[in-house]
Amino acid sequence: MSLLGRIFPYPRLFVALLAMWLLLNRSASPGQIILGAIIAYVASWTMAAFQPPPVRVRRPLAVLKLGWRVLADIFRSNYAVARIILFSRNPGFTSGFMTIPLEMKDQYGLATLSIILAATPGTLWIDYDPAKGDLLLHVLDLVDESHWTELVKHRYETLLMEIFE
Amino acid sequence: MTPADAASGLGASVPWATAVLAWSITIAQVLLALAMACAVLRMLQGPRAQDRVLGLDTFYVNTMLLLLTFGLRTGSDIYFEAALVISLLGFVGSVAFAKFLMRGEVIE
Amino acid sequence: MMMNAPDLPGWAALAVSFFLMAGAIITFIGSVGLWRLESFYARVHAPTLGATLGTGGVLIASMICFSVLQTRPVLHEVLIAVFLTVTTPVTLMLLARAALHRDRVEASPDVPGPRLPWERKRRQRQ
Repeated sequence: MSLLGRIFPYPRLFVALLAMWLLLNRSASPGQIILGAIIAYVASWTMAAFQPPPVRVRRPLAVLKLGWRVLADIFRSNYAVARIILFSRNPGFTSGFMTIPLEMKDQYGLATLSIILAATPGTLWIDYDPAKGDLLLHVLDLVDESHWTELVKHRYETLLMEIFE
Repeated sequence: MTPADAASGLGASVPWATAVLAWSITIAQVLLALAMACAVLRMLQGPRAQDRVLGLDTFYVNTMLLLLTFGLRTGSDIYFEAALVISLLGFVGSVAFAKFLMRGEVIE
Repeated sequence: MMMNAPDLPGWAALAVSFFLMAGAIITFIGSVGLWRLESFYARVHAPTLGATLGTGGVLIASMICFSVLQTRPVLHEVLIAVFLTVTTPVTLMLLARAALHRDRVEASPDVPGPRLPWERKRRQRQ
């Protein structure tokens, strides 16, 4: 462990907490920066007590690509779900459960995938079987199961595996 | 136009644009109130406990948005704090309800 | 009803109106879905509209409005956005799991069963 790593156990968490403190106080005066830095420092050492496994982000550029992809999908799926709600004569009739086998094992990758799937309307991560690697998903518009498998496997999983594994 | 506006160079207020803004804030408030009514309807109708909790969670989010809209109307920052607190409490409440539905008790 | 509005420059007033209306309409559609969709598992998807683009629209409107009013960037609305992005999935996931658990206990035909193996193991240990 380097010297910097010994002083700051989680530098990204430290920066995020400091930013949150300054945003909540709506000021960037020196006093607030010092107070926020002390609090963020103590909080990041509290986090160290939990000993979470380290996050390795391999390709920072791929994170931006993923963010853009998710944003585009949020717009697209909002439109699709709004259309079902407003114009379908029998809304929710085509919804159903499906399972998708995942190859990704990294827990941060899986957590990110669960947030992505829950944040795009129309899909919801329900359960994950770590032994078999099966993901149980609920989909609002389950007309074509292969479309959703394609979406999860090729649009998200490969990119997440590039980032985290 | 106030001197501050002229100094910042952001431009003067236009009467018709301000009228559009006033109207759209009113319409947004009505829409959000109707959205809250839908959530309440779901809370009352059920049919099962999970439907009611889902209605309550949506109600919290809609309330938060309505508060932010009130903040826009009055031009004051105070509503932001209330919105933040509501979103925090709504999350904790819904998670506690979900745990209760799953196990029959909140704290294990 | 009060019809006053903050005294914004023309372009800002129009931008705030646009984002506010977009957010409110999307949230409204989501809540209508909560009321109209026919089963619990279908209804779970509806509030996500309000929690993503609905909240996004209203927050952007608020950010533009206060940044122009106070003539400095006001960004604390980002906190609500980040917070909702992280918490809404957790809430919906937990609720859907709770519902699934209850339906499985009742052996409802609409949900995938039988109980998955690791859950069965946990039950035996208790």
